[in-house]
Amino acid sequence: MSAVIHEDHHHDEPPRGFKRWLYSTNHKDIGTMYLIFALVMLFVGGAMAMLIRAELFLPGLQIVNPDLYNNLVTDHALVMIFGMVMPAAAGMANWMIPMMIGAPDMALPRMNNMSFWLLPAAAILLLASLFVQFIPGTGVPVNTGWTIYPPLSVQVGLGMDLLIFSVHLLGISSIMASINIVTTILNMRAPGMTMMKMPLFCWAWFFTGLLLIIVMPVLAGGVTMLLFDRHFGTSFFDAAGGGDPVLFQHLFWFFGHPEVYVLLLPSIGVLGLVIPTFSRKPLFGYKPLVYFMGFLFALGLVVWAHHQYTIGMSLGVTTYFMIGTILISIPIGLMIFNFIFTMWRGSITFETPMLFAIAIILMFSFAGVTGVMLAVVPADLQYHDTYFVVAHFHYALIPGAVFGLYAGVFYWLPKWTGHMYDEKLGKIFFWWTTLSFNLTFFPQHFSGLAGMPRRIVDYNIQYVEFNQISSIGAFAFGLSHLLFLYIIIKTVKGGEKAADKPWEGAQIGTPGLEWTLPSPPPFHSFTTPPKIQ
Amino acid sequence: MTTSTADQTYFIPEPSRWPAIAVIGLFFTVLGFALWMNDISMGPISTAIGGAILAYLLFGWFGDVIDENLSHKYNDEVDRSFRQGMFWFITSEVFFFITFFACLYYFRNISLPSLGGTGHLAASHMLWEGFTYTWPLVNLPDVTNYTQLIEPMGAGGIPAYNTIILLSSGVTLTWAHWGLKKDNQKQLVLGLIMTVVLGLTFFTLQAYEYIHAYKELGLTLNSGIYGSTFYMLTGFHGFHVTIGTIMLIVITVRSMKGHFTEDNHFAFEGVAWYWHFVDVVWLGLYVFVYWL
Repeated sequence: MSAVIHEDHHHDEPPRGFKRWLYSTNHKDIGTMYLIFALVMLFVGGAMAMLIRAELFLPGLQIVNPDLYNNLVTDHALVMIFGMVMPAAAGMANWMIPMMIGAPDMALPRMNNMSFWLLPAAAILLLASLFVQFIPGTGVPVNTGWTIYPPLSVQVGLGMDLLIFSVHLLGISSIMASINIVTTILNMRAPGMTMMKMPLFCWAWFFTGLLLIIVMPVLAGGVTMLLFDRHFGTSFFDAAGGGDPVLFQHLFWFFGHPEVYVLLLPSIGVLGLVIPTFSRKPLFGYKPLVYFMGFLFALGLVVWAHHQYTIGMSLGVTTYFMIGTILISIPIGLMIFNFIFTMWRGSITFETPMLFAIAIILMFSFAGVTGVMLAVVPADLQYHDTYFVVAHFHYALIPGAVFGLYAGVFYWLPKWTGHMYDEKLGKIFFWWTTLSFNLTFFPQHFSGLAGMPRRIVDYNIQYVEFNQISSIGAFAFGLSHLLFLYIIIKTVKGGEKAADKPWEGAQIGTPGLEWTLPSPPPFHSFTTPPKIQ
Repeated sequence: MTTSTADQTYFIPEPSRWPAIAVIGLFFTVLGFALWMNDISMGPISTAIGGAILAYLLFGWFGDVIDENLSHKYNDEVDRSFRQGMFWFITSEVFFFITFFACLYYFRNISLPSLGGTGHLAASHMLWEGFTYTWPLVNLPDVTNYTQLIEPMGAGGIPAYNTIILLSSGVTLTWAHWGLKKDNQKQLVLGLIMTVVLGLTFFTLQAYEYIHAYKELGLTLNSGIYGSTFYMLTGFHGFHVTIGTIMLIVITVRSMKGHFTEDNHFAFEGVAWYWHFVDVVWLGLYVFVYWL
């Protein structure tokens, strides 16, 4: 007879020293680590972008050699996607989802820790793949772009193997994090917190998690075949042996296109909280928004080949992918309308998160318009692999994903740190970053339409003006992030005390339980589940 | 007498060193692979260190979980989290295998027929004139970098026996599960031992078949797309059978120690789901790789 000894679970003091972080099983600490990691990677990927733009300031070769340039282009994409946007979104999920739904922690806390710590390990391998080219005898640098298409990627040296294994670790990390988040949402909701009462952010991450569970194994399979082609004599992507290099493109984009929604959906979730809060009005059409996200999730999985119109697919196939892709504008457009109608006749105030939210609606819609242009096969045959595409996806990903995360950072910083951020500096950061972003990428539409190809270190003299405007914008954009860093550090260190509910309108609509906790919340929250109505 | 105070709160583990150790182990393992493949002498050492760390990790982490389970720290909600987590893990595994099956489909029905001159994307007149498509692909478009396949793998013989073996192992495992539900430990352990033996038999036959294929049929990783898809699909399946067998051995030992009760046996069910998943993959393999 073993009477269970009631262990003391109420010690609210976090453990001390490095063990608190390395051995953590606390969703808030792990969320913090994710966010700090993302911030570091933002500067790593940003430094790569600065080098790229510095090189492109003038035609000809100035700073980096072509292979290093292409390697920087490759790693800029991978670092920003896997190192910055996904970890930042996962950090917010870790911090907020358990508090929103009234759970004591994530469903599987130890696995949660492992999904985080895999990221630094993967980042080391990824950066090693960049720097290994400086060691003689390691072969050609990773000059393929982040899509690592064969046959070029088969010819690259040691760097490609390090990159492939880095992708494997990132994949394991994403799948584990997604399993954790989906399980938390399905199983850990407090009594009364039904799925349809959850804040939109939870729904957004629910679909994001499902997408990752489905597509990351496909990428893992694809790069594994690439690895075998490189080292073990298989012929998956070599037509001479009966394979097909195009197959890798299908596998890559079956992952790559849903990945766009993986980056986008968490930010839409943030918008679904920020806009009602600062409009002081419930979210317009909560249920349809959830359905649209489900629709987006399903459609996103079946339209991948619009990235490959020029490879010579049959007419029927390209037509299918064109129609499917254009259909995506329906759920996205409806979401945008929902957000606009939420603001309609609301009493709006323009705090920094709201400014970002409005800018996202405007600029992301613009990316949607260029996206429809790119979806049309005959038009895309002209735009393919030009700077028009670069401009399009930076308009989609920076406002769509990154600005959404910035909105989330400003929205939740008071909750996380217990201090209000400096509103004036926040607004300066918003205007600085938004204007410089547009200065960087708007001209690239023109240089692209004029025919400037992407991923090339040198360019024709006719594109000089556009590139110089772009580079100046990029330097300003990069510089604005030092202010971002300063604001965050200043808020963490001190500032005006934040109330439990720092935003007046935070409880309007479909509120979560996070605002019922103090700011900052205690180390362990909701150890006994709260009851909702 | 067990009390149910543990039912009140969700079990949140104390800070644990295992995840960090897992990451270190994985890091050295894959770093070693990358170096090894490029003939750098540190590679095998790094992989060996990483592998040893991972083996130590599995004992430690699962040991902790088993201890926690035996001391009744897990309430029903934790149990549900484990079940759902396992479900989503197997879902992702399903998509991993779907990838390879989809590749096989793509080669056989899209890319190779085009290369052989069928359809309006036909390319035979431009690339390799006279290349005709057959499956299994014995005559490669250009054999320069590849070895010649002598004879494809048939569906009779060992693969057919292996199908029967794996299907029977599903039956014995279910029989063991019935034993567990009836609280009949003898039936549980016997059923599990039979499953493990069948799993090991499958593994041995598969290894024998690989040697046969390499030595006599000329069927290698290097013999073109037929060999590539054959080994990728059956190899990853075999890898999963190996993991599944190890997991089965662990729960057999745990069953002998009487760890499982009728209403607390997630470990058993998790392994059973995994084993049935491996079973179903084999059926797909048998139909699409060996038979059709």
